[in-house]
Amino acid sequence: MNISDIVLQYFFAGLRVGSIYAIVAIGFNIIYNTTGVINFAQGEFLIIGALLAISFNSLLVFIGLPGVPALIAAIILAVFITTAIGAAIEFAFISWLKNPSVLRLIVITIGISIVMREGMSYIWGIETFALPFFSGTEGTSIKIMGASISPQDIWIIGICVFLVLVLYLFFKYTLTGKAMRACAANRTAASLCGINVKLMITLSFMISAALGALAGCAISPLAKTNYEMGSAFAIKGFTVAIIGGLGNSMAAVAGGIMLGLIESFSVSILPMAYRDAVSIGILLLILSIKPSGLFGKREESALKEY
Amino acid sequence: MDHKRYYPIAVLFCIVIVMQLLLAVTGTSFFLKELTQAAYYTIVVIGLCLLIGYAGQISLGHAGFFAIGGYTSAVLTTFDFSIFSSSPFIRFLHTIGFIIQREDLYGKQLLTFSPMVAFILAVLFSALAAIAIGIPVIRLHGHYLAMATLGFGVIIKAIIDATTVLGAHDPITSVPGFSLFFGLEVSSKIPLRIPNYYISWGVVIIALVICINLIHSRAGRALRSIHGNEVAANSLGINTTRYKLYTFILSAVFAAIAGVFLTHYNGSIGPSEASVMKSVRYVAIVAVGGMANLWGCVLMSVVLTFLSLRGVFGSFDDIVFGAILIAMMLFAPAGLLNLTRLKLWREKILLMIRKYAKKDSA
Amino acid sequence: MKKNQLLFTCALVSSLLITSLLFFSGCAEEVKGTIKIGAIFAETGPIAFLGEPEVKTVQLLVDNINEKGGVRGHKIELIFKDSQASSEKAINFANQLIEEDEVFAIIGPTSSGTSMAIKDICENGKTILMSCAAAETISNPVAKYVFTTPQQDRYAAKWVFKIMQDMGIKRIGVVVEGTGFGKSGKEQLLKYAPEYGIEIVIAEEYSIKDSDFTALLNKVKANNVEAVVNWSVFPAQSIIPQNMKQIGFDVPLFHSHGFGNIKYVETIGREAAEGILFACGRLLAPEQLPDNNPQKALLLEYKKLYEDTYIEDVSTFGGHAYDALMILVKAIEAVGVDKEKVRDYIENLKNHPGTGGVYNYSATNHNGLGMDSLVMYIVKDGKFVLY
Repeated sequence: MNISDIVLQYFFAGLRVGSIYAIVAIGFNIIYNTTGVINFAQGEFLIIGALLAISFNSLLVFIGLPGVPALIAAIILAVFITTAIGAAIEFAFISWLKNPSVLRLIVITIGISIVMREGMSYIWGIETFALPFFSGTEGTSIKIMGASISPQDIWIIGICVFLVLVLYLFFKYTLTGKAMRACAANRTAASLCGINVKLMITLSFMISAALGALAGCAISPLAKTNYEMGSAFAIKGFTVAIIGGLGNSMAAVAGGIMLGLIESFSVSILPMAYRDAVSIGILLLILSIKPSGLFGKREESALKEY
Repeated sequence: MDHKRYYPIAVLFCIVIVMQLLLAVTGTSFFLKELTQAAYYTIVVIGLCLLIGYAGQISLGHAGFFAIGGYTSAVLTTFDFSIFSSSPFIRFLHTIGFIIQREDLYGKQLLTFSPMVAFILAVLFSALAAIAIGIPVIRLHGHYLAMATLGFGVIIKAIIDATTVLGAHDPITSVPGFSLFFGLEVSSKIPLRIPNYYISWGVVIIALVICINLIHSRAGRALRSIHGNEVAANSLGINTTRYKLYTFILSAVFAAIAGVFLTHYNGSIGPSEASVMKSVRYVAIVAVGGMANLWGCVLMSVVLTFLSLRGVFGSFDDIVFGAILIAMMLFAPAGLLNLTRLKLWREKILLMIRKYAKKDSA
Repeated sequence: MKKNQLLFTCALVSSLLITSLLFFSGCAEEVKGTIKIGAIFAETGPIAFLGEPEVKTVQLLVDNINEKGGVRGHKIELIFKDSQASSEKAINFANQLIEEDEVFAIIGPTSSGTSMAIKDICENGKTILMSCAAAETISNPVAKYVFTTPQQDRYAAKWVFKIMQDMGIKRIGVVVEGTGFGKSGKEQLLKYAPEYGIEIVIAEEYSIKDSDFTALLNKVKANNVEAVVNWSVFPAQSIIPQNMKQIGFDVPLFHSHGFGNIKYVETIGREAAEGILFACGRLLAPEQLPDNNPQKALLLEYKKLYEDTYIEDVSTFGGHAYDALMILVKAIEAVGVDKEKVRDYIENLKNHPGTGGVYNYSATNHNGLGMDSLVMYIVKDGKFVLY
């Protein structure tokens, strides 16, 4: 194997995880933008989405539906239910609080993530599951310019690109999207313009939940799904959100790819077991030096009302 | 000196003694084990109470400091340095008594650090870590601070899980006893159960005395003003950053000391001591105990930790603490046993009793 | 005011006392005349493929024994604890079993890490431990009260090297999980490789929390190795073969004897599992043994009993638990319910056929099995086939 092949191999591995981190970060940002809350339970949306899809898929296959339609139906159902869960969380825990302090909200969302995680462990058990591969089997390998990757990698990167595109168009051109951006910029002004701020907040939770569920389903065949994997995604997603500057979703994409690549290439130097430590080290580094993120401006983050 | 503030400590002292006698009489002395462990965890909670309740700084990674203390001590007292015996530095440490020779359970001769030296090094190392992480982080607010402390806790666990010398996923076992003065030894040996029980609560009482003195001192008042309104405190000339940092370091040292003692008591320490769930647990206990109510924190810590260690919550352990956290933050953000609320309850109960008494006589 | 305050305090204190007294009434009632045996297994959790067959086997055997009247007239009382592969839980359970339940002996735990964690506790507590884990460190240094039943990892390693030597393989890569089992395996592999003329070019430990090993395997692939050895029991064992195929890493893959449950093959998937080589006990293919083999009869009997009761294939892990329990029972039958005598009996046990092999314990050998207790298997068409 020559050097360029090896580098390409690491590159694709990094791109795969990086795109998932970017989606998680965007999920953080959407909720943060409309509410100022960092939703620690974001990672759990990925897992619950994947677990639901796995269960539905088994059920549908069991009652006789062929493989591909069963998978698609399962994923759609899972995303739908996760979205409902997102809305329920916002309704039950966030919507009725009056002027909560940041500390309070952080701790509440942490509590929510714990309860969700434990809930999943009771319903599904603590074993590891996986969704079937979207195309091919667990052994299929595609050669791209000298690197061999699984077709699932292409699905993951493709789905993430698609989601980013859809979100960009949504926020730029649709009325609802623009309304949400208005809430992010200035909530009082937005409500004065007749925008239903409460609805926008609920919507932001729903969108983030849906994003998470889709991402979780996409990565499940490769990275498997286990009830406690949510917090790892949440921390890495948060790191990416911070790198790009909290609230800035386009920068989050860049940040995600960056973190993914750094993580992947770090394995070539350090033992793989330190991979997580590297990511968190980057988080601590950025928080110590430039908490407003590589792409954010310091005054902007200081002025942000939270 | 206002002696009234020390009365609760005397009460605690009495309860500790009564408890032990009660257990001895009913033949359930094995509960002493969990009570001793709960005592050590309470020390972490006391430090955290000071940080969250009085200095107003959240820390979601305090289990990391506990782990630094415990693991440093565990590694130094179990790692066999005889593979380095040719190094002059190691031989020097041996001569001055920092490194001692001892025999393990299976008759093998080991060269390890003496537990007392390991303890001091563990606390120093933990303080250094607190300074290293504290200085950049203490200026942060809100989510940034929370995430930074969370990140700290997670990175400590990640490093432990990845490093063979620290046992990776398995606990470090065969940690020897720790000889204190007066022939007292912190260890898991069954005949030493009762002395160890008193040692642990002794350390808790010392920690409480330190805290009470701190709270009623000038530094304590400065802390309370920072918690009230940091900008105002700053304008009064209080160096808020420095006070917050010192409190952070103090609470980290408390956690590290608890870590060292508990490791030697249990004879082992595992990576779960550094987990996020442990950190969250400490915060949940401080929240229930009343953020700034030291005694509430001690009470809730002992009760909840004891029940958890006895397995009363069964496999619902984590979810209980998670639910407590949510409930606290939703309905009682200043803490459950917080002093104003307790006064309110007392008023209500007294009112009810008086009404009832009136009804009778009417 | 003062009277009310006093009332209040009295009420508080008495309620505290009452609650604490309620704890003390929770002591379990002892059933007289039973032999209490503690069983710590990872029945649920990441290594359920190992722990579940162990629990099922022990339950089945104890039910059978108790039906026939027990051991020397005493029924066996099993106290199961689910460690979920957590060493910290295992430590708590071991302390509880020894101090509060006062068990006669402990069977298990499932994994090497948990066994190491409670080795000292059992030794100090003078309670016999029949471990179902394979790391050499459990029986070396020898602890008087600790015995193991699985074949040791060093023999599994030597078998792997033997086959590699036959295949002419010289450069290999080794990946292991960061647990007691993996670390011990790595030690043994590094130790014995030179004997077989094999060079381990890269040896790395991975985290059991990881679910994606492509980066690590890329690293190994970049070293131009001719074979890969993976030593694990956690789910990584199912993921690494898949990752290897995905990155087009087409070299022989060798596993440890922690692979002895067909469910692993099902999890990996037929395509990616094809061709995996590993050394394991004879339980996986007893029909092919010659009739005069001392193990054949009991292997077939156990296999039929287990498969008829649970409608699933036997695994060697259930076998380890079988051996642990049966050796203990045999000892009690022979010398009575006396810890020291039972310990001495087991330590001097010779020529005892079990599912893992023919056991020969001694004061310096608390493992009892040798190289001949293992045979080589290969995965073909989703099944374990003798190599």
